[in-house]
Amino acid sequence: MKQQIVISGLGGQGVLFVSKILGEAALARGLSVLMSETHGMAQRGGNVISHVKVMDRQGEKDQGDVAMDPAWQVSPLIRPGHAHVLLALHEEGVRAHGHFLSPDGALVCNRISPTGPGDVDATGIARKLGNLLAANLVLLGFAAASGVLFCSMDDLRQVLMRLGGPRRDANLAALEAGSAAAIGDA
Amino acid sequence: MTERKILLGNEAMAHGLLEAGCTLAASYPGTPASEIVGTLAAFKRSGTIAMHVEWSINEKVALETALASSYAGRRSAAAMKQVGLNVAADPFMSAAYTGVTGGLVVIVADDPGPHSSQTEQDTRQFAMFAKVPVLDPMSPAHARDLLLTAFDLSEDYQIPVLFRPTTRVCHARQDMPLRPFRQDAPLAQFEKDPARWAATPKFRFLLHKKLNEKLDAIGRDPRLQPVQLNPGASAEKGGGVIVASGAVCAHTAEVLKDLGLWQSIPLYDAPMPFPLSEDFLTGLLDNAPRILVLEETQPVMEAQFRDRAKVLGRLSGHVPREGELLPETVERIVRAFAGLPQAEASQGANAPGRRPTLCPGCAHRAAFFAIRKVFPRGIYPGDIGCYTLGLNLGAVDTVLCMGASISQAAGFYHAFRDSGQNSRPIVATIGDSTFYHAGIPALINAVIQGCRFVVVVLDNTTTAMTGHQPTPAEGRSLDGRTVPRVRIEDLARACGVRHVSVGDPYDFQAFTDLLKAAREHTRDPENGGMAVVIARRPCLMDRKQAQPARRPAPRINDKCQGCGFCITHFECPALVFHGKEEAVTVDDALCTGCGVCIHVCPHSAIEMAPQP
Repeated sequence: MKQQIVISGLGGQGVLFVSKILGEAALARGLSVLMSETHGMAQRGGNVISHVKVMDRQGEKDQGDVAMDPAWQVSPLIRPGHAHVLLALHEEGVRAHGHFLSPDGALVCNRISPTGPGDVDATGIARKLGNLLAANLVLLGFAAASGVLFCSMDDLRQVLMRLGGPRRDANLAALEAGSAAAIGDA
Repeated sequence: MTERKILLGNEAMAHGLLEAGCTLAASYPGTPASEIVGTLAAFKRSGTIAMHVEWSINEKVALETALASSYAGRRSAAAMKQVGLNVAADPFMSAAYTGVTGGLVVIVADDPGPHSSQTEQDTRQFAMFAKVPVLDPMSPAHARDLLLTAFDLSEDYQIPVLFRPTTRVCHARQDMPLRPFRQDAPLAQFEKDPARWAATPKFRFLLHKKLNEKLDAIGRDPRLQPVQLNPGASAEKGGGVIVASGAVCAHTAEVLKDLGLWQSIPLYDAPMPFPLSEDFLTGLLDNAPRILVLEETQPVMEAQFRDRAKVLGRLSGHVPREGELLPETVERIVRAFAGLPQAEASQGANAPGRRPTLCPGCAHRAAFFAIRKVFPRGIYPGDIGCYTLGLNLGAVDTVLCMGASISQAAGFYHAFRDSGQNSRPIVATIGDSTFYHAGIPALINAVIQGCRFVVVVLDNTTTAMTGHQPTPAEGRSLDGRTVPRVRIEDLARACGVRHVSVGDPYDFQAFTDLLKAAREHTRDPENGGMAVVIARRPCLMDRKQAQPARRPAPRINDKCQGCGFCITHFECPALVFHGKEEAVTVDDALCTGCGVCIHVCPHSAIEMAPQP
């Protein structure tokens, strides 16, 4: 297993979008991904969690005995104490999902008043950008530039470029602002 | 190189259906199954597939439609969540007897946990009950592949096949190579055979006999025998083997590898947990000292062992009888099975977390607040949908199953009236999609039984909870054809309701007046009866619908005493409580400017912001 990442937030904060970007970044690097997400009732404003597992590609298996492919013999969930990184889009996420983090894992947390090295006021930065909804990308850029993720800022930039869409430039700006906050803090 | 794509489990299953040459897919949305047909619907809208795809009115209709299409020799599928099969139980049980011609796969997604369901029922047990084979995939890619086998199996034995993914398969994402969709499909052909398709009880007996014979043969089918995932492993002296199916098997493989047990505990994946072949079961009983069975959520494989003296599972108390088998739970069970010490107790979630709530600006919240205001002593039977969350507001007292709000309201009405008590007001709330699904027969019944209560149809003109699938009010099929609109107000009148009104809950005063008028109708001794009020406002989260321009957030003035009334009785996420005697603030990132909270504050402390 290359990296196990838990992303925690509240419904509507863009937890799924962050997972999607990480998954695409893994794919672009020739890695495989297995992710789990929250849908339905729990999405309505409750705590939302997403599990992202990144691993080496297990052969280009396309045919044959399906269950024997080791790529499929991986749980879609991360066990408590086994996450290498916890991305908390809301500080409540640390209380709700902090137990997933491995004792030597890295916590990256969106906090209004940062208290530790993994903290950043992503919402404040996003507000300054006039793009309050992009706090998720600010946090992601901060995490990538801090060097705790399996992928680089450049990988993430390329994913956002490829995804395109009307929010592309705003998303990229948020990602860069998060990265700048990490480098400035270093 | 083939293109690789990350697919959600439900998307992977949609691909599997298309790769298998399925020609018809019918479904009613329900978490965790919704995106299977949702994916097909998106393909259909973009004109890229020939398959007939439909959001049916309910699961029974979906299954019956798919079944007849398969009678006509064409591969067909129905998809639903586990409680949807309860609704479709009638055709399902019978379809096992009649069998099929073209392959029929019924995908039923289970929700151990449960995360977004009323029960943790195990559809594999439903398969045993109906005597049909059931397949249990362990991952999205596995699900896609297994669907091809499911159709072959169905056609080879002329039997419906149940396909049972769980939430952890449906809502997992995994990268996989894309494959072409199968384009050839046979022309529809129906051979009349009343002894089979319209069998009377005498012939049903013969069909039952045939079904039993099919099932014996299917259990022995080489394509779906349990497979040892770690062929190098052999049980140590006195050790054991594990038999698992579904996502639990994936958890178990990972745990065995992590604990260094991959070479010493053979792990069998059973892609078809029912029927298991007698050879497999007796082979294990003869050779393995102990057999641990890991499956969700009921003991289906475990119960198929005739002698359970050395079988460990739910029946023996070694596996919890309720709840999801999370990987950490599997780890605890495997450690105990292998005689390893338990890991340091993980501290677990250290906070209960936030409970789900209606979205900011949701019109349901306004409707519920109005209902509480007009019927303060009411009994409020509720129903299944986003608006179940009205229970946070004290405006939902019962939630049972789709459509039950209206029939339960009737039950309360009879109970109070017949026991000679001054009837308490009863207000049923039901969503628009749920009303179409199962509310109509209940409403007719209430009318013809002489009930007098108010039904509020919370009409956001979409199926919101499951991802905004269209309702019959849309007037358009998935392939873009214009079809008649079926309107709730017309249906309510046709059900015999004489008092039907429509209002916008944002227009709070007028909507409250509609509720009062409905209340008067239920009390009118001469001409009164049932009343239906339709609370109509498009869902704010539905990007397909025209939304009014966002209005500025209201202001909190200096009359706010921090009493918390708006927080507990209205619970809008945009209103932020800072403690008693501190003024509430408005989170303008969340506020949609609906302005309904202005009517909520007992101190008139919330006021409209001046128009810019």
